[in-house]
Amino acid sequence: MTSNTISARSSASDLATNMAGDKPVLTVEDLQLHFSQGGGVFQRRRAKLRAVDGVSFNLYQGETLGLVGESGCGKSSLAKALLNLHKPTAGSVIYADTDIAGLSDREMRQYRRALQMIFQDPFESLNSRHTVEVILEEPLVIHKIGNRESRRQRVADLLAMVGLPPSAASKYPHEFSGGQRQRIGIARAIALEPEILICDEAVSALDVSVQAQILNLLLAIQQKLKLSIIFISHDLAVVRHMSDRIAVMYLGQIVEIADAESIYSSPRHPYTQGLLASIPRLGEASPIDAQISGDLPSPIAPPPGCRFHTRCPHRQERCEREAPVLQASDAGQHLTACHFWPEIIAKQSA
Amino acid sequence: MSLLSVEQLRVAIRGDDGVQRELVSAISFAIASGQTMGLVGESGCGKSLTAMAILDLLPKPQALRSGGKILFKGDDLAQLSPKALRQIRGHKIAVIFQDPMSALNPVQQIGRQIIEVLKLHFPQQSRAVQRARALELLTEVGIPAPAERLNAYPHQLSGGMRQRVMIAMALACEPELLIADEPTTALDVTIQAQIVRLLKKLQEKNGMAMLFITHDLALVSQLSDHIAVMYAGKIVEYGPAATLFSTPRHPYTQSLLAALPGAGHPPKSPLLSLEGQVPSIENMPAGCRFANRCRFAENICKRSDPVAEVSDDQLESSEQASVACHLWRSISS
Repeated sequence: MTSNTISARSSASDLATNMAGDKPVLTVEDLQLHFSQGGGVFQRRRAKLRAVDGVSFNLYQGETLGLVGESGCGKSSLAKALLNLHKPTAGSVIYADTDIAGLSDREMRQYRRALQMIFQDPFESLNSRHTVEVILEEPLVIHKIGNRESRRQRVADLLAMVGLPPSAASKYPHEFSGGQRQRIGIARAIALEPEILICDEAVSALDVSVQAQILNLLLAIQQKLKLSIIFISHDLAVVRHMSDRIAVMYLGQIVEIADAESIYSSPRHPYTQGLLASIPRLGEASPIDAQISGDLPSPIAPPPGCRFHTRCPHRQERCEREAPVLQASDAGQHLTACHFWPEIIAKQSA
Repeated sequence: MSLLSVEQLRVAIRGDDGVQRELVSAISFAIASGQTMGLVGESGCGKSLTAMAILDLLPKPQALRSGGKILFKGDDLAQLSPKALRQIRGHKIAVIFQDPMSALNPVQQIGRQIIEVLKLHFPQQSRAVQRARALELLTEVGIPAPAERLNAYPHQLSGGMRQRVMIAMALACEPELLIADEPTTALDVTIQAQIVRLLKKLQEKNGMAMLFITHDLALVSQLSDHIAVMYAGKIVEYGPAATLFSTPRHPYTQSLLAALPGAGHPPKSPLLSLEGQVPSIENMPAGCRFANRCRFAENICKRSDPVAEVSDDQLESSEQASVACHLWRSISS
């Protein structure tokens, strides 16, 4: 088995330590995930889709890192690259002093226990021909945990933990509502007591009242199991509710990362500002000045320079030439990838 | 006079066993010219069926309008002949849906699809006039390079652009009422904000009325003049957008707001979770349909179905607020 122990760290991830100075459970460095597009018989050149293009961040013990951005920005691709569900093109994902990026499926198996994921549509991710008991027992069988009897007991405990009745064990996924299925998805994900849970749009398909139940469940389970969570959603209100820190993605890159409060109360990147201004708020008109026009450009041919410059209300000539680096301007942990954010903020507060 | 007035509308579905079950039960509301009414509720509450019933677009023969009146400028749409209804549908009342891809013809250029609408309703216009009008419509809804887009196929456009094309088609005949059923649900927030701004701008310009159907409470509060909250086929609360969510009367409206992250909840705090399920249509309770999930429920709630009462008589008669709950007075105080 190959395992690369990491000695050096990039400056971006060093800067991104949290207040308490905890050790990260996951360190992602310059991660890239490119897909080849087209390239049929009649096409000479294959276009490259840069779904994730140089992403670095740390995930700390017990925290929730929210990941937001428009559809097509690469949030789900990033999640899959972290777990090797899509093999990253370049970069590293360091878990337990080992770079797990690009490990083979067999090598990855021992880490799957610690890194689990729940998806948007639990119906598609649950085998419809197995009972809930078989679905929940399967990870235990694969990892050779316990005997049949202790596994059955564990399944019963898991069902209780996610708030399903014991009778659920003998039923099939189609017999449950969307919210209950998501509970099953959560039970399966925590069956092996993971350290890290990635939630990819886990509540996006649910109604408000059911969504609240699942969010409450996730918060309770996180406390109980001391989970570190990467919480991906396009719903910015949900992300704010769940997250300690938030990373904003645009066209495969993180444009801003900071603690949740700073992101929402004093967003610096014009994209973050526009995204927040677009959220409808109960009984409040949305601010007109920070609104974003146009569509997300294609990730096959991202704009040169700053990728956001085509939609940015504050763009200048430099933005079209030079790509900004994700960095902090002060000693803080608020990182922004924008050449002009201090000027923009100064102008806005004037 | 109201532009559209829906009175005691009922929609039923006939099951395989031949029994009719009511999905929309005696709902009433009215929309005045130039006003927006928001219809909000969770999936399955009957909000989309209401929209389809207004335009007689229900999937027949399984679903049917089983009672009530739909008065559009005084005419009952339910009594009109199919031919007369076609003259109104698309011309005076237009509709846009959530998924523009399934509403657009995938093998026809969008310019031709817009012109087809114009041909149907203005057969006397020349082809050149119609093409110019199609171009004008695409420009109006903010599609960049509209002249080139006339020849584009739907799959060549992004989701936001497709929804703009749908809006352009809906506006082609300058309707007096636009029914928008979850028009932005499939779109990103930035694009949603663009579409909402566009709808508001067009409404100001044309003075059309809008029935806006969504599950998004915050969105509906921004767009609407009046809001009706639906639960299990009934309107449980109705009132002006400005006050409905700031002083919710019905326990269901209250719990929806309490379950919504962001709205005054500290991060990571538990949200109110509404336990239980919406009653199934096979066994709708005789009493209040929300009673089994309501924390205030008493005996009377299980026995008798509450009727909508005026909940705020301080308002002008056109602004009236109502609530269908036996106990709203004691809950509010």
